Amino acid sequence: MPKIQLDGLTKRFDDIEVLHSINLEMSDAEFTVLVGPSGCGKSTTLRMIAGLETVSAGEIYIDDRPISHLEPKDRDLAMVFQDYALYPHMNVANNMSFALRLQKRPRKEIDARVREVADMLGLTPYLHRKPAELSGGQRQRVAMGRALTRDSSTFLFDEPLSNLDAKLRTQMRAELALMRQRVHKNMIYVTHDQIEAMTLADRIVVMHDGHIQQQGAPEELYKNPVNKFVAGFLGTPPMNFLHATIESQGDFTYLTGDGFSLRCDAPTLQRLANYTAGEICIGIRPSDLVFDPHADVTTSLSLRVDIAEYIGAQSVLICHCGKQKVMVELKSDTPITLGKQLTFSMALEDLHLFNPSNELAIPRLVDVEATRLIKKTGGNYV
Amino acid sequence: MSYSTINRLTPYIFLAPAVVVMAIALLYPLIYMVFGSFRAWDPSQTIGEAEFAGFANYIALWHDPNFHESLIVTLKFAFSVVSLEMLIGVGLALLLDRSLRGMSVLRTLFILPMMIAPVVVGLIWRYMYHPSIGIFNQTLESIGLGSIDWLGKHALMSVIIADIWQWTPFIFILALAALQSLPRSALEAARIDGASGWQQIIYIKLPLMMPVLIVTCLLRLIDAFKVLEVILVMTEGGPGLSTEILALRISRTATEFRELGVAAAMANYLLILLLMLTVVMLAYNKLQEIKEARIKALIKEEGI
Repeated sequence: MPKIQLDGLTKRFDDIEVLHSINLEMSDAEFTVLVGPSGCGKSTTLRMIAGLETVSAGEIYIDDRPISHLEPKDRDLAMVFQDYALYPHMNVANNMSFALRLQKRPRKEIDARVREVADMLGLTPYLHRKPAELSGGQRQRVAMGRALTRDSSTFLFDEPLSNLDAKLRTQMRAELALMRQRVHKNMIYVTHDQIEAMTLADRIVVMHDGHIQQQGAPEELYKNPVNKFVAGFLGTPPMNFLHATIESQGDFTYLTGDGFSLRCDAPTLQRLANYTAGEICIGIRPSDLVFDPHADVTTSLSLRVDIAEYIGAQSVLICHCGKQKVMVELKSDTPITLGKQLTFSMALEDLHLFNPSNELAIPRLVDVEATRLIKKTGGNYV
Repeated sequence: MSYSTINRLTPYIFLAPAVVVMAIALLYPLIYMVFGSFRAWDPSQTIGEAEFAGFANYIALWHDPNFHESLIVTLKFAFSVVSLEMLIGVGLALLLDRSLRGMSVLRTLFILPMMIAPVVVGLIWRYMYHPSIGIFNQTLESIGLGSIDWLGKHALMSVIIADIWQWTPFIFILALAALQSLPRSALEAARIDGASGWQQIIYIKLPLMMPVLIVTCLLRLIDAFKVLEVILVMTEGGPGLSTEILALRISRTATEFRELGVAAAMANYLLILLLMLTVVMLAYNKLQEIKEARIKALIKEEGI
């Protein structure tokens, strides 16, 4: 179970650079999820690790050994593809045992291994079927079974669930989580779905435009996004961004925008101590807003509720604060009247603040120390 | 006539011209030939005047050593050209299935021989095989290897080489098309699973190309049984009967030997042979369809 290291990994297609010098380290038995919108370079990164794409510059190390010149078969990897990539002319058992048969392992060993994995994935009744005779979920399971049978040190997943319907995807996600408890291997998982990333990952690597934006534990990224992109990408419904100016009135400093004016408390003032620009971008998670008719105007937003989307225990309100759109997530039994101006309060320490010119976060004071620690341990901040 | 009747008839009206042409150009001569094969028929007679001979023509051919010889030459020719063409065509396709600079030009070049009229091909090769002025013997002699009696002692082989040159491209383009429609990700999966280049070909590429290859092979086989012009121009069936394929013998029986009934019977034997091959091909296609239908039914039944 190796340590995988990407050192200045760069990919160019003709003259267009799609991946700009990626540095990343994945340690032993870690579940790393590369996540980002389509075209961000996450799949290209994975395919370069697999050896399916050539490396334009930089190097990939497995246990400090450079491997970018090696054929895929010599890298000791197993991969699960988005479209399953099963061999259509072989039955399930032969699909799963293909790699072992190529290695000329003894027949008995191969059979035992296939049976073991098939049992684990519930594929035993289908071993003699061809891929065309299976449903999407079963094919996905065969693809995973094929990777598992190999017993290689690292598993690569290239959007393995995105061809499945929503219900099946949830079910397979849970199975993946279960599988990863049993299989202690390095796993690198690519997805554009941030829920998959949040639920499965030990570590999330958010990518955008061929750069790593931020990496860390899901909770860390959710709580302390380093920039506006990461803040907006992780979390459903997505974070609200409100434009504001910093204004001093008498003894107080206010963050004032279209339809609100928040009075800064002492920690917020300290947080802004080194911030000199007059404009600021405020980020508020929809779940951080609380319906509170009696809230003070200096710690609340006054929102006009346009639409309430009922999704069960929770509802998502789509509101307007002045001209800016704001989403609120709250319990469905909260008494809300549509079309009315209502007050929602928030805790100032829950606010995310961003510099609108470079979109970087202005961290909370308690987080500054933590950030320093992460930086020391190899965190990658732009 | 109501609109619905017209609507119903429209497809048949559109098909009618083609049906008429087929009936006149194909069905009528075919029936004429079958009818004639049962008669002792001389070109000076109309078919009505020819005497009915029952199966006499067929029986005579059955025992005719020259006909046997011709049939064997045809079988030898057809099976050797098709197997060699399959081997070279598929091999080339496997080799050229990659994106290299100038590959499209190369592919076009490979396909050129197929576009040349068979008579021209025959002439080209006849001159190249010429014992004294042909390029092959001149080259061989200039490097001191001595000349080869191409169209004499090795006539069948020479004819086979010419046919391979002309028809390998047909298999090449079909095999290449089959290769390029293979699922890319399955091949990538095979690479990750540890398959070497050869193993990818043997375990993944060839099995997946097989349906196309089988149909291509049968098509070529049917074509090879009917070959005429190239051999006619190159050797006229000689020397002796060494390259006299069936099509050539049929034409000679009709024109030189003036035995129209026998020629018709021989053509019928060839027709039966080709029909068998065609039936095999259609049966193979049908089998594939049934397989797919069964899978669809299975999936529907399980609701998966």
